[in-house]
Amino acid sequence: MTAASPQAALAQRFRAFLPDSSILVTETERRPYECDGLSVYRRLPLLVVLPEDINQVQRVLRICAELAVPVVARGAGTGLSGGALPLTDGVLLSLAKFNRILDIDPLNRTARVQPGVRNLAISEAVAEHGLYYAPDPSSQIACSIGGNVAENAGGVHCLKYGLTVHNIVQLGIVTMDGEQFTVGGTGLDAPGYDLLALMTGSEGLLGVIVEVVVKLLPVPDTAQVLLAAFDDVVPAGDAVGRIIGAGIIPAGLEMMDNPAIRAAEAFAHAGYPEDAAAILLCELDGSRAEVETDVMRVRKLLAQCGAREVRIARDADERALFWKGRKAAFPAMGRISPDYYCMDGTIPRHRLPEVLSGIETLSRDYGLPVANVFHAGDGNLHPLILFDANRPGELQRTEEMGGKILELCVAVGGSITGEHGVGMEKINQMCSQFSAAELTQMHAVKAAFDPAGLLNPGKAVPTLHRCAEFGAMHVHDGQLPFPELERF
Amino acid sequence: MQTQLPESLLDSPQGREADAILRRCVHCGFCNATCPTYQLLGEELDGPRGRIYLIKQLLEGEGDADTVRTHLDRCLTCRSCETTCPSGVKYSRLLDIGREQAERQGTRPWQQRVMRWGLRQLLPFPRRFALLLGLARVLRPLLPQSWATALPAVNKASVAGANIAVRHPRRVILLDGCVQSVAAPEINCAAARVLDHLGISVQRVTDGGCCGAVEQHLSAPQVAAQRMRRNIDAWWPLTEAGAEAIVSTASACGLQVKDYGHLLRDDPLYADKAQRISAQVKDIAELVADSPAPSSAGPRPRVAFHSPCTLQHGQRLGGVVEQILRDWGFELTPVADGHLCCGSAGAYSLLQPVLSDRLRADKLVALRRGSPQVIASANIGCLMHLRQGAESSLPVRHWVELLADCLPNK
Ligand SMILES: Cc1cc2nc3c(=O)[nH]c(=O)nc-3n(C[C@H](O)[C@H](O)[C@H](O)COP(=O)(O)OP(=O)(O)OC[C@H]3O[C@@H](n4cnc5c(N)ncnc54)[C@H](O)[C@@H]3O)c2cc1C
Ligand code: SF4
Ligand code: SF4
Repeated sequence: MTAASPQAALAQRFRAFLPDSSILVTETERRPYECDGLSVYRRLPLLVVLPEDINQVQRVLRICAELAVPVVARGAGTGLSGGALPLTDGVLLSLAKFNRILDIDPLNRTARVQPGVRNLAISEAVAEHGLYYAPDPSSQIACSIGGNVAENAGGVHCLKYGLTVHNIVQLGIVTMDGEQFTVGGTGLDAPGYDLLALMTGSEGLLGVIVEVVVKLLPVPDTAQVLLAAFDDVVPAGDAVGRIIGAGIIPAGLEMMDNPAIRAAEAFAHAGYPEDAAAILLCELDGSRAEVETDVMRVRKLLAQCGAREVRIARDADERALFWKGRKAAFPAMGRISPDYYCMDGTIPRHRLPEVLSGIETLSRDYGLPVANVFHAGDGNLHPLILFDANRPGELQRTEEMGGKILELCVAVGGSITGEHGVGMEKINQMCSQFSAAELTQMHAVKAAFDPAGLLNPGKAVPTLHRCAEFGAMHVHDGQLPFPELERF
Repeated sequence: MQTQLPESLLDSPQGREADAILRRCVHCGFCNATCPTYQLLGEELDGPRGRIYLIKQLLEGEGDADTVRTHLDRCLTCRSCETTCPSGVKYSRLLDIGREQAERQGTRPWQQRVMRWGLRQLLPFPRRFALLLGLARVLRPLLPQSWATALPAVNKASVAGANIAVRHPRRVILLDGCVQSVAAPEINCAAARVLDHLGISVQRVTDGGCCGAVEQHLSAPQVAAQRMRRNIDAWWPLTEAGAEAIVSTASACGLQVKDYGHLLRDDPLYADKAQRISAQVKDIAELVADSPAPSSAGPRPRVAFHSPCTLQHGQRLGGVVEQILRDWGFELTPVADGHLCCGSAGAYSLLQPVLSDRLRADKLVALRRGSPQVIASANIGCLMHLRQGAESSLPVRHWVELLADCLPNK
């Protein structure tokens, strides 16, 4: 008799503690897990498991460690950098069944939740206590808090209230060898190294997050959203700088260009001016008096910068509608293009005009349209390259152009990822962002948690070997890309 | 999303439609968030994004049809995913195509085939259904508790007041519906009274029949098409003679008739007529919303309203009934997760009892939370399903009955 296939052997071991319906073996069942929100990167996992308690997670990891099978964790699969892209010889560990809110503590303003709980579900559940969870990625309706921690997700409200890392206090982690431990604490600071910060943004490379205690904030007394329409993107960009420069800290400050406005409007019917070259959405919150003064000041600044129209949301419903359009902007692209490729660079805010014109040039050179959505307040730019994956060669051209955009971001003093993580997608650009010495240190951190390198291998931090190959490809004639730009 | 449908399929209108829908999906996963079965099961294959992917596999000639069908069977066809999808993916159309393909390529276990055949023989036929219901009423003492409470009681008083003369220049056709005409004839009587009060007379059609929804969703589209053609023939003379609309008090039937235009688009004889009929269909809420509410406000019960999926996601009329009830002076209690299905979903409650029961239990918790005096809904399936789970002290009624209660000398 021949030995059972690795897949069958693994499934057999898992059956000891998981029901059949939680172990997906057939190709038909595994296929839908082959990609996350970046569906052009696909890899069929060896096996998918769907545990529903921590003990099962520990047992899965112990068995995989014993058999040296790599493991990729997956939350809601909304990631845009291929972070949850499976491995053909690895187990895909879904945490979607961990979807319960375990405890709400309104006095200490915390909530203890399982990792698969949707970001928005937390705010909905604590609303009756007048509280909410501040970080609100545009995908908040669907993405999981575990995935948010793994990516250190940001969102509209992060300008004022910080990223995920600033809004969690404790994590329950299971390591690759099945050990469970807690980092952080329910107090404001915990003794020892700040492992909480280290785990946040670790993209599933250091441990599996099995529990999260989030910090909650009181819903502000008053909130107002202004919508300003511009006939040109440059003054819109200037306005962003002017608002921040005036010492105002908006709860959110977002920009969309015309293609983004039109696609979002088609879905949300938010009343966006569809002929504007750009719109700015600016949310101000706080006490009534504070908000009233800030609204007046922002309004004046916007007018001075040449906004052709400034509107204030009539009521809470219209405010929600203004944001609904913005938050649906990426997937609304499906209305105008079969595929979009979302870039995630950050740039110093004042360089926005030249970056936008650089992108426009690239768009023309490559013949691929681009829509821009911009967390303007914190300089996190999301150019969406519109393409058609069914056309041969178009994906390759798109990726190449995306790489050029990121290089442009780095060249003006920014970085290759603001909030979507490196994952599989930006692994090569990590080589332009970091030196060999820095990457070596990152590998050392990984090895401290996962010496055998079985958790999400090949993502987030490139091997030096990979960088050498990438570098050889990209430094032409001893020249860095965009030699005309000043270096920082 | 990238697709690789074979040329042979892309040559057919159905294949092209499927490809266009698939390509519109950008795989963002937003829809999973509001899908009732994904919330319960936490499994990609039991959410819309995964189902779309399964259908894609099947159409690309790769997936195993029986596996795909198992997961498509668990879909409620509630279309909550469509309301959520920013990209405008027409999921339910793709689902119809996927179900047909899965049915054709795979083999359904015989027990399931018998069950589905049985339902197709029973539900769309008022007389057969009435016979069985009558039998069940006689046998009520012998039935299990949950079945016994599910049996609709006949409200004799309001049925008796049914025949209101056609006296207004504004006239509409009121659809009888198959299950509803037997299980709850009082709903259409209430509707006739309310419309009469608003200056609209109601005409009934006797030789129409089931709207076709039952067969459509039990994978028998050809039988459904026959029914649709028969209905069009029955209604045509009346609409030609000046009836301004075809009105439904069951949102599922209304939705199906609104779809005739699409479903019969390739029928050379009926395509045009079907379009015109579809354009004339209205849920009763659309008519009532256009008329002013009576000014006198007597005491009104506190209402928890459950908006049927066919009303809010299918016909996109979310919020309309709620506004009518408020205008008529009712206090609405807050209901969390109003977008979720109650688990009734046509024959779903019989075919997927475990999931259906869980959804109903969750829905009733949400409905009871604001201590209402009555639960109201807008579709016969939901009404019967909720009634089966609610305690007898909490009545479950069609909202139009609540309006009828407000009218003078009832
Ligand atoms: C339309 C759209 C809009 C978006 N907008 C934003 C935005 O505004 N801001 C933003 O920051 N992001 C945004 N994203 C990206 C994405 O939603 C976030 O990265 C989110 O945090 C991913 O969560 P997830 O649950 O889907 O994780 P997944 O995609 O499933 O996984 C992401 C990564 O986290 C790891 N992971 C997941 N769960 C765990 C766990 N329990 N333990 C350990 N590792 C885990 C995975 O291995 C993977 O590396 C958007 C995505 C979409 C599709
Ligand atoms: S929300 Fe729409 S585009 Fe996004 S995955 Fe669902 S169907 Fe596809
Ligand atoms: S129709 Fe309803 S049950 Fe089916 S996939 Fe869509 S949301 Fe889920």
